[in-house]
Amino acid sequence: MASQEIERLAQALARLPGLGPRSARRAVLWLVKRRETSLVQLLDALADVRERLVECTTCGNVDTSDPCAICSDPRRDAKAICVVEDVADLWALDRAKLFTGTYHVLGGKLSALDGVRPEDLNIARLLARVEAGGVDEVVLAMNATLEGQTTAHYLAERLEEFPVRITQLAHGLPVGGELDYLDEGTLAQALRARRPVG
Amino acid sequence: MALSRISLSDFRNHRQTGFDDTQQFNLLVGENGAGKTNVLEALSLFAPGRGLRRAGLAEMAGAAGRGGFAVAASLVPTDGGDAVRLATLVDPRRPGRRAVRINSGDASANSLGEWLALAWLTPAMDGLFMDSAGARRRYLDRLAVALDPAHARHVARYEAALRERNRLLTGERMPDPSWMDGLEKQLAAHGAALGGGRAALIAALRDELAQLPPEPFARPILSYVPGGPAEAEPLQIALREGRARERAAGRTLTGPHRDELDVVMSGKLAPAANCSTGEQKAMLIAITLAHAALAARGRPLVLLLDEVAAHLDPLRRAALFERLVHSGAQAWLTGTELPPFEPIRDRAAIWRVARGEAARID
Ligand SMILES: [Zn+2]
Repeated sequence: MASQEIERLAQALARLPGLGPRSARRAVLWLVKRRETSLVQLLDALADVRERLVECTTCGNVDTSDPCAICSDPRRDAKAICVVEDVADLWALDRAKLFTGTYHVLGGKLSALDGVRPEDLNIARLLARVEAGGVDEVVLAMNATLEGQTTAHYLAERLEEFPVRITQLAHGLPVGGELDYLDEGTLAQALRARRPVG
Repeated sequence: MALSRISLSDFRNHRQTGFDDTQQFNLLVGENGAGKTNVLEALSLFAPGRGLRRAGLAEMAGAAGRGGFAVAASLVPTDGGDAVRLATLVDPRRPGRRAVRINSGDASANSLGEWLALAWLTPAMDGLFMDSAGARRRYLDRLAVALDPAHARHVARYEAALRERNRLLTGERMPDPSWMDGLEKQLAAHGAALGGGRAALIAALRDELAQLPPEPFARPILSYVPGGPAEAEPLQIALREGRARERAAGRTLTGPHRDELDVVMSGKLAPAANCSTGEQKAMLIAITLAHAALAARGRPLVLLLDEVAAHLDPLRRAALFERLVHSGAQAWLTGTELPPFEPIRDRAAIWRVARGEAARID
């Protein structure tokens, strides 16, 4: 029978995406054996994340400042907003410096089965940003999944009333593919060939 | 081209069974449960997918083995060229993963389709005309995917969008109109492609079947009855206009999920469901052969026909054999007894199958 401390940590880790109880227990044992080295590093890193990271109230990105480094970068083109599902998608797009505008993170996608409704997503703030003016183009960079594309259609319709160009990533993204897993060449191509939402 | 030098290792009840010196007709004769269908299932693994029983890999591994199995065969060209060695196996150390080797090199299951086309008919499909419309739609989609792999994506997308829309329709609140628009746009796009794929399949099958004489083999006349507007735009409009009615019904009432495949036997013009068991079987065979001819597209064709001869009267049986001879395909047929196969005995290799072993008898 494992001690209460180990069980508690294992239960917390088990909830991480893709981990589960078995892997979590293995990770805990691994950490316990390295209490003075890896565990300390992990504790420091976790504390840093907890203390220093905040969500950008403009775009939903996660950074050490609010507004985030992207939103406050004067070289960025504030007239273009690229809308993504998750922060991981933002990182994937920004890693290659493919997009020179700013971003907006929805924090998920519409899914009736999963109970994710429009009001559960960061949509109101996107509409407010566009309504405030100064935006020429909104790029909808949703994943090629059914829910991703439904979300893109939904946003296109909600943005219709504003004088902005609404574009979306060119198709050719893999079926059910998540932006995060795409290589930069494919992303660049999808972004270059973006087209108006029909 | 035909399959020969076949070996099954630890496959279901076959510990080690081999088939050499095969012919155009290959007959497996034996009691029920002897392992005849298992041989056909093993051969069906030379196509991408899960085989003719759609079983899991663990089920196919023999009880006496260590959790793995292997099936191998040579694809022998009739012109005397080099044979291609095909093998598919599950390594007991890596259960759940089907490996494929072509001429000793690792290959994908999909690449098997570059070498040969397989088609099969099993008693599990006997009830198709009496079964639900949904079973016939799934059957149609399987046939359509064999002709056009992109069809599978439209099926999956359409069904996912339909589940989402039905969930919104049955929710407590009024469905968000923009959300409904987004789903209906995708239902319309994938639904039109899905219905188009089914319609094209049925048209191609009709052309293929029309070349057959109506007698003595029962010839089916197929028609496609769409469950909604065929084009994307009218379908999208119908979905939008149907929202209130469909919210009351709690589900989507128009679209290809309501399609029906209508089958009528030519000559007597009776619905297939009202025809005799033998007539239904004959029509299923006709559809299977017509589809196999369409799907083969120049590749060598191997037909796996489980228990088909017994249900046919002698006249229809003779017609089937004649058609198989002309198809040029290699045929593997099973039966509990030999007499029904009398007309093709002299051009067949025959094995008696019992308790997972096969003995050549002719
Ligand atoms: Zn920001």
